[in-house]
Amino acid sequence: MNTLFDKIWDAHVVSLIEDGPTQLYIDRLYCHEVTSPQAFDGLRARGIKPLRPEKIFCMPDHNTPTHDQDKEIEDPVSKSQVDALKRNAAEFGLTHYGMMDKNNGIIHVVGPEKGLSLPGMTIVCGDSHTSTHGAMGAVAFGIGTSEVEMVLASQCILQQKPKSMSIRVEGELGKGVTAKDLALYLMSKLTTSGATGYFVEYRGSAVRSLSMEGRLTLCNLSIEMGARGGFIAPDETTFAYLKGREYAPKGEAWDKAVAYWKTLKSGADAVFDKELVFDAADVKPMITYGTNPGMGMAIDANIPALDSIPAEQRPGFQKAMNYMGFEAGQKLLGHPVDYVFLGACTNGRIEDFRAFASIVKGRKKAANITAWLVPGSWMVKQQIEDEGLDKVLEEAGFAVRQPGCSACLAMNDDKIPAGKYAVSTSNRNFEGRQGPGSRTLLASPLTAAAAAVTGVITDPRTLL
Amino acid sequence: MKQKFDIIESTCIPLPLENVDTDQIIPARFLKAVTRDEKFFGDNLFRDWRYNADGTPKKDFVLNDPRYSGCILVAGKNFGSGSSREHAAWAIAGYGFRVVISSFFADIHKNNELNNFVLPVVVSEEFLAELFDSIAKDAQTKVKVDVPAQTVTNLATGRSERFELNAYKKYCLMNALDDIDYLLEQKDKIEKYEQSR
Repeated sequence: MNTLFDKIWDAHVVSLIEDGPTQLYIDRLYCHEVTSPQAFDGLRARGIKPLRPEKIFCMPDHNTPTHDQDKEIEDPVSKSQVDALKRNAAEFGLTHYGMMDKNNGIIHVVGPEKGLSLPGMTIVCGDSHTSTHGAMGAVAFGIGTSEVEMVLASQCILQQKPKSMSIRVEGELGKGVTAKDLALYLMSKLTTSGATGYFVEYRGSAVRSLSMEGRLTLCNLSIEMGARGGFIAPDETTFAYLKGREYAPKGEAWDKAVAYWKTLKSGADAVFDKELVFDAADVKPMITYGTNPGMGMAIDANIPALDSIPAEQRPGFQKAMNYMGFEAGQKLLGHPVDYVFLGACTNGRIEDFRAFASIVKGRKKAANITAWLVPGSWMVKQQIEDEGLDKVLEEAGFAVRQPGCSACLAMNDDKIPAGKYAVSTSNRNFEGRQGPGSRTLLASPLTAAAAAVTGVITDPRTLL
Repeated sequence: MKQKFDIIESTCIPLPLENVDTDQIIPARFLKAVTRDEKFFGDNLFRDWRYNADGTPKKDFVLNDPRYSGCILVAGKNFGSGSSREHAAWAIAGYGFRVVISSFFADIHKNNELNNFVLPVVVSEEFLAELFDSIAKDAQTKVKVDVPAQTVTNLATGRSERFELNAYKKYCLMNALDDIDYLLEQKDKIEKYEQSR
């Protein structure tokens, strides 16, 4: 009751179906090439058009190569999907940021940076990491393709209202501990289903003091705890980030918007369905050892012993150990690494590149490491160049690629080979996620950089 | 796709693993299709657990075990976590499943199943454990899912439970109607809402 989630959700209710879902109005729909073609086919089959085309923004990101984007995509199947989005956007009069367009990038990086995702909005996309936009103080969640079709057709979606959860993190994150580590820590405590059925509001001093980039990382990973979404009430950090962005309100409209956004907070009397409190001082640099994002630990810890795993979870745990080539109880520090991936909607923003550069500056890439550094958008790539970070990275033996989702889910050519270990700043370590047989170790940009220059799993605090 | 639900009685295919994510149900490299060809997705359901890299079936995976058949998938806790890809629901439907029984489903995947006329049935941990046990003892164990009565019954033991299904969705499933059919009739309400903002 009287939570910010209630306020935003309730303000978007068009109707309530008796003993059924809510008809919820959607302010922003994003479409990428993978989860939209069948929805557009659905419109054609029904002979209808999008109800509010001006609220819909499309861009390819999953299939895009991270090199030579000025040329045609080599993989004909990837190309046909990217082409289909362009064709569908043109047919239905929707804004489309194609490959090589300076506005293109990963949808969850582009939305906030263009000011398309604003406080108080409802935002959806056929992508579970839509929770990212919650960092702007919006109710944002991933949906399926049938639901994309619903929103295209009616600018509404039918949804059961989720329960609300407060996750309060108090205190200060230690040196070398990032928003990514905080998220991996929360997942390790809650498991991948601990927040299923809930919308999470992140609160507390440790959350408040995160930059906008850090907040986007934290909210991005809400889905990995099972949550429908996660958000942070807007504040001065949010307003400063948004001011002057292309689609953010301007002039008088800006003042009016900020006055409204300032009212977007949970009441002092707010009642959440569940409340959790954590101490930021308990969070260390984290790394995952298994095949779901909840299987994470402090980087200097040991993988749990088999007898500490509940009986019903042992088949899954053992399967994960076999897949990863690890043993229960093993330490990971010093374990050899083959690939390092910096990027994804989780950690493909300017702050992530600054963090990576801060460790590799004056050092050299280890000979055994193949590193892929992929900015989240052309805007991020431009900023990397404007700040001279590309030079720092080049001197250390790294190259910055062109933007896209890349090795996070390996729908383009950036695949981790079978059996190889990748320290990755992405969001999922599922079996085969980064390519068939790939072994993913999720970590922060600092930890990725530490592995990149040492060639082994390394505590980044030793290199700061 | 759209099909009416009433009473389903079938043998089951057991998958007693927890946290089965949608990347396992259908790996990302099969998401490049631009059509909704359920057969294509069904053929690649659980692809990397079901087939070796050379395309030969993995004998120890349940879908390749001739003892098990039926239109009911029984899965461990937290089924369908991870990616929102509806292709996972298309693959499950395309393989021929009409019901998935588990003690817990991930939210987005659950909606995706419902939107594709696959019924996710949430049962208690005890019901699920007993059902896995029944199937282990006898692969011919049948389950009855009665949508009008909202009950699920393990016919080997007679254990029966009521499952959740809101009245709206039940009506849709029993009459093969989807949410878009409903929303398209709400245009007046949508415009009225927009004017009120």
